[in-house]
Amino acid sequence: MRIKSALAVAAVAALTAACGGGGGGETSSPNEPVKIDFLSLAWQKESVAANKQLVEEWNKANPNIQVTYVQGSWDNVNDQLVTQFAGGTAPDVIHNDSPALAGFATDGYLLDLSDKLPAELKNDIPQAAWDTVTFDGGKGEQGVYGVPFLQESQVIIANKKLLEAAEVRVPTADAPWTWDEFSAAAKKMTKGDTYGVAWPMKSPVNKTLNLALNFGGTFFQTAGGKTTVKVGPEEREVLQRIHDQLYKDKSADPAALGQGTADPLPAFYKGKFALLPAGVYLRQQVAEQAPDGFEWVTLPGPKGTTTQQGAVSQTLSIAQESEHPDEAMKFISFFLNGPNQAKLAKGDWLLPTSQKAAADPAMTSEENGWDVATASAKDLVVAPFLKVNGFDEWKSKVATPVLQEYFANKITIDEVAKRLVEDGNKVLERYQR
Amino acid sequence: MRRLPQYAALVAYIVFLAFPLLWLLSTALKTPQEMALTEPTWIPREPTLANFTDAFGEQDLVGAALRSLIVALFSSVITVLISLPASYAMARYRSLLNRVALGWVLVSQVFPFILIIIPLFMILREMDLVNTLPGLVAVHVTFTLPFALWMLQGYVRAVPPELEEAAAVDGASRLRSIVSVVAPLLAPGVVATLLFAFISSWNEFMFALVILQNPDVMTLPLTLVRFTGPEGVARLGPLAAASLMATIPSLIFFAIIQRRLKSGLMAGAVKG
Repeated sequence: MRIKSALAVAAVAALTAACGGGGGGETSSPNEPVKIDFLSLAWQKESVAANKQLVEEWNKANPNIQVTYVQGSWDNVNDQLVTQFAGGTAPDVIHNDSPALAGFATDGYLLDLSDKLPAELKNDIPQAAWDTVTFDGGKGEQGVYGVPFLQESQVIIANKKLLEAAEVRVPTADAPWTWDEFSAAAKKMTKGDTYGVAWPMKSPVNKTLNLALNFGGTFFQTAGGKTTVKVGPEEREVLQRIHDQLYKDKSADPAALGQGTADPLPAFYKGKFALLPAGVYLRQQVAEQAPDGFEWVTLPGPKGTTTQQGAVSQTLSIAQESEHPDEAMKFISFFLNGPNQAKLAKGDWLLPTSQKAAADPAMTSEENGWDVATASAKDLVVAPFLKVNGFDEWKSKVATPVLQEYFANKITIDEVAKRLVEDGNKVLERYQR
Repeated sequence: MRRLPQYAALVAYIVFLAFPLLWLLSTALKTPQEMALTEPTWIPREPTLANFTDAFGEQDLVGAALRSLIVALFSSVITVLISLPASYAMARYRSLLNRVALGWVLVSQVFPFILIIIPLFMILREMDLVNTLPGLVAVHVTFTLPFALWMLQGYVRAVPPELEEAAAVDGASRLRSIVSVVAPLLAPGVVATLLFAFISSWNEFMFALVILQNPDVMTLPLTLVRFTGPEGVARLGPLAAASLMATIPSLIFFAIIQRRLKSGLMAGAVKG
């Protein structure tokens, strides 16, 4: 019996001990250092290491402002934040992406940073990037609700041997392929079991909407304060061209159609197709996984009437309820300065918004296509859907199924246009009442 | 010889059950290049422990597993301690209150968890239980309890009342007959409930995500998710290595406790 009692006491003690280090709403007395929680969503090995190293560096240099690194995950961060904002326990510094900021800003959960941004940080990041984090804060005034620091552009990852064998002009950052050249090259590379290109279209919306800007396609128009969907000739252009590669030219691998972005990579290494249009970050997986002897190059995205592409940004924001917003801003300014952004961009294989970082030798080296990737940053403009209230629902309920059906050749482009507009406007209307 | 098809079916079923675990092991030992082959291999060509060193080097998996174990053990034991007497009362006493209670237990299962997560969070915050393991234990117990009650109630109903009556005839008090007659017969039910509560708590993610924010108190599911990126992209190697380690404690727990999962304890207990 004694043993049982002792075990019970030990168990309770273990539970109590294991609960240490907790307790929300920590405040510091005047003599104690200010404590800041930093929720980071970095997940790649190099990126996590860079984040931890920068936090450590900051904590060493700033004994009065101590930052706690908290690692979250992209898949659940918004569920987590909704609860934490509502419960008043959100972290001080929050890593997220710009589409998620609009809703939180409107609800008053994020701090407007307009007056807090140091000039050096503000001037180092181009206005196009600041536009991705400028939203209506719910009171009819535009505010800056985050500091944009990493962006993604679309490039084409190519099998070097197949590219050279096709004897087509190799595009450069200054002279990218036009869509016509891209289609012709894909056609030329299609031989026997090998296709020219692969379009993984499991999630087709963001990719096609961002590329549609090549021809000025925006998919949304705002008049008299009301946003509606539009699918005119500009919007149809990229959709039609991808569809043509699949069913007219037959230069696109049909096996990749239902796949997610990274899924076609094994077939790519096997030489089943030559070109893979993808976000710049996918280079990391190619560099890590490609079998010995497989040579690959990064090509710039194709050009329509322009080379413009839609972009969203990864951001750092400050919670409205943070007790130490000034200290949090100081930390963000350090964390996102030029050299540090270069480290973060390299870790995540994305593009830095900082112009100083973009000039870093690591960002312009030919190795792993960094030169082409970094050069594509100049083509990035705010993604047209970024500020559309109700976009997420339009995307999941209307655009995703419609585009999937179109790329599976089940409906015509006219039906696509009709459904995107009619069903889409019904969705948007509910958000604008 | 006649049993051959039965054994074949059994082997096929075991392979089917073991497949995910074996695939996890195979993936955990592969290099990134081998994971990207179009023809997947079962046995890694160049087995590597790099995924394990990465997973354990980057994350505090041992600490997280320990915290998960503490939460799961406390949650499952408390759940059984509460649901055992409650289920006895529900099965044996038939009153209006009892029926209402049973109905309420069922209704509570209908609510999607996500609807109540914010109010729950507020309550825990008022009680200073956010960021603490007892807070998480309280939530896990609350959410496992209704199903545990239903489970155990079924086991209690299966114990013939005649056995208690026989004990009463022999002079046993109600408490004595519960402790000495009913409880031992409920052992398989208690074990099943314990397992259910343990595994529910061990795997639980959403409440832990919301309640635990301090890196020092995070449980295993929260740590595993750190190997995944946006839109389902994941670092498969370290994730497989970490997930493999995460399955071991529940396997051990199951191996220890499954011997008690016997049936037929009451065979022939009552005549006719």
